[in-house]
Amino acid sequence: MDYLKLVTLGLVAFAAALLASLGHDLAYKVHAAIIMVVAGGMFLWTLKGMEQDAPVLATPTGYMDGPIRYGVIATAMWGVVGFLAGTFIAFQLAFPALNFDWGQPFTNFGRLRPLHTSAVIFAFGGNALIATSFYIVQRTSAARLWGGNLAWFVFWGYNLFIVLAATGYLLGATQSKEYAEPEWYVDIWLTIVWVAYLAVFMGTILNRKERHIYVANWFFLAFIVTVAMLHIVNNLSIPVSLLGSKSVQVFAGVQDAMTQWWYGHNAVGFFLTAGFLGMMYYFVPKQANRPVYSYKLSIIHFWALIFLYIWAGPHHLHYTALPDWASTLGMVFSIVLWMPSWGGMINGLMTLEGAWDKIRTDPIIRMFVASLAFYGMSTFEGPMMSIRAVNSLSHYTDWTIGHVHSGALGWNGLITFGALYFLTPKLWGRKEMYSVPAINLHFWLATIGIVFYAASMWVTGIMEGLMWREVDANGFLVNSFADTVEAKLPMYVVRGLGGVLYLAGAIVMVWNMWMTIRAPKTVAIATPAE
Amino acid sequence: MSDEKRIDDATGTETTGHTWDGIEELNTPLPRWWLWTFYATIVWGVIYTILFPAWPLVSGATSGVLGWSTRGDVAADIEAVNLSNAELRDSLVSIDLAVLEENEPLHRFAVSAGASVFANNCSQCHGAGAAGVQAAGYPNLLDDDWLWGGQITDIADTVRHGIRNEDDPDARWSEMPAFGDMLEREEIAALVAHVQALGGLEHDTTLAATGSELYLDNCASCHADNGLGDRTVGAPNLTDAIWLYGSSDEALTETIANARFGVMPPWGERLGEAQVRAVSAYVHGLGGGERPVGE
Repeated sequence: MDYLKLVTLGLVAFAAALLASLGHDLAYKVHAAIIMVVAGGMFLWTLKGMEQDAPVLATPTGYMDGPIRYGVIATAMWGVVGFLAGTFIAFQLAFPALNFDWGQPFTNFGRLRPLHTSAVIFAFGGNALIATSFYIVQRTSAARLWGGNLAWFVFWGYNLFIVLAATGYLLGATQSKEYAEPEWYVDIWLTIVWVAYLAVFMGTILNRKERHIYVANWFFLAFIVTVAMLHIVNNLSIPVSLLGSKSVQVFAGVQDAMTQWWYGHNAVGFFLTAGFLGMMYYFVPKQANRPVYSYKLSIIHFWALIFLYIWAGPHHLHYTALPDWASTLGMVFSIVLWMPSWGGMINGLMTLEGAWDKIRTDPIIRMFVASLAFYGMSTFEGPMMSIRAVNSLSHYTDWTIGHVHSGALGWNGLITFGALYFLTPKLWGRKEMYSVPAINLHFWLATIGIVFYAASMWVTGIMEGLMWREVDANGFLVNSFADTVEAKLPMYVVRGLGGVLYLAGAIVMVWNMWMTIRAPKTVAIATPAE
Repeated sequence: MSDEKRIDDATGTETTGHTWDGIEELNTPLPRWWLWTFYATIVWGVIYTILFPAWPLVSGATSGVLGWSTRGDVAADIEAVNLSNAELRDSLVSIDLAVLEENEPLHRFAVSAGASVFANNCSQCHGAGAAGVQAAGYPNLLDDDWLWGGQITDIADTVRHGIRNEDDPDARWSEMPAFGDMLEREEIAALVAHVQALGGLEHDTTLAATGSELYLDNCASCHADNGLGDRTVGAPNLTDAIWLYGSSDEALTETIANARFGVMPPWGERLGEAQVRAVSAYVHGLGGGERPVGE
């Protein structure tokens, strides 16, 4: 077995070395070199392992928490990287001189922007989803992760995908599809990793010792399956050469745009909503120590959300070449989606019935509550912005950016921070976080940061929308584009400061996690309930 | 793993009896307001899709009983604006531009329309305030230095056809040779000094003297003996303080050795005659506009 592994790794390293020298472009060559180093490193590591006695082959028992511990650390680390990149590009927009000449073309806004979005959505959010879903599916199924070391493959494979994506952006490899920028071979790699993820998750559910599948796992499963479908369809492309990073999309024109926003909207719907609702359905009742508010609501809002979300994508393409009928349907489904989205908020908030006092005493609960409040706000704002008349004002303005961030920073960010604070002591066998006041500090830094961000983007977004359409008495446009850019500067600075606060909060969290992990072990690590 | 239903103390609601890792679920019914709002959005959705284009068919889609469309919506908006000032627009297109200023209401209309046309189409190069970009080849339109003429009809011609573009056969056209291929380094340095002398700038007097003869041989045919330039070929006046590409040794050496080739796109087709005339009136009124001699 080990020999087979050695041969495979050796061949991969050799092939990667060959591709690194034959590749047509820089990104491709660097990526081949990264794969060569990874495969070579694994080769040496396997070789070293062979000298020792074969490990005892007794079936391991208990929960498999190794990949989850790594995932928790990766989530925190990528979070800081993503927030830092976001804060920097926010200031680049306010002060273009920050597109330093010496850093061109690698550090200009155009290349750092996808680095930021991918780092926060896929690196921070993705690692959080994988780690928490592995944690939750084991606990709520009372079963060890299926597939042995496959869970490790999922963790490392996914993070290799992130490294390839991020370095690709800086080196100029992009297929120019928002949130789906990585080029063809990176897409193929993610597909392999994702199928492994599905196998581990599904296998664990099939091995469960509970009769019913817990609601959190429905959401995770919907997220994993749908993201697989979205990823594959939206990335259908033909490489220009097997030795280069460039590829050509299979769809063209408005079909390509529609496919892209079907993907883009459901990346929000299934990655950032369904997946994170899975987290919510475990951590909120656990931390509050209360039963979930309504089983019926969880069923109805789950199926309504899953069915409706997938149709809402065309609202990203109002007033474009997209036919009117598609635009109408996108808008209608978005509005009908309002209540199903709020079902998750109601179920989360009302779970605190009987434990409302914990908002005052427990900063982790406070994070969850604020997170659900931002979730509720942005899932109301979204349907509203999908109305054509509203969209004709808001489209292409900073309002959209503000909307995305109140969801991402508020809902996804805060719930992930809460989950990390929940998981860190449990995974490393500590009683609680090193500093509870630091959690409180983090809560306020993050919340004020989000308020700065969302408020400044509402002001500048609506202002710029109104300026673009402002006409004089004769019906002539009043402002040039540059007038709106100039008018937005103060709000751009406020937005950047919001980012600084949010980043500062995350750094406090990393310090707190570090101190917790370093502290002496006090509690035994959990084993499956029988 | 207990599968026993129980009554939750805090809410008085029964649980479903399922437990996962200690998590229970209450059997709370759906909140009424939630359910009815959900139904209301569905009913609204059905009605909306009947009123507006919505359902795809085998070929095409339902067009909605209101007959509304995004294109129709925009067309109606444009139509409304056009109707509101149709008379002024028509007079603007038919009037002799040279006498536009005498028709005060029409001139005012043209300038306000032109400001908007300028902001949305011209400011990208010439700047929001029309001051151009110093030394980068985008002319300042506020001064009275005109490469191709500063009367309103000249300006309209420039806007309509553009300068040195391949898209419009009537574009204003001229091409300064790249003297780097024809003259020696020292000769170009001498020319630079002479051109600086013409412009009243600080310069090397010995070099300028040599440059004087070279100028007459190579440059004067377009820029004239006295350096005043020639608007029929867009040759700039070299005696004023305005330097489109800069007046440093470096900039002038570059200009003479490699020549410049400033391009402006033709706007006639894109803007239409009314807007071309409007923006010309606006630019003409910025400060440097010229009037026919004899008035």
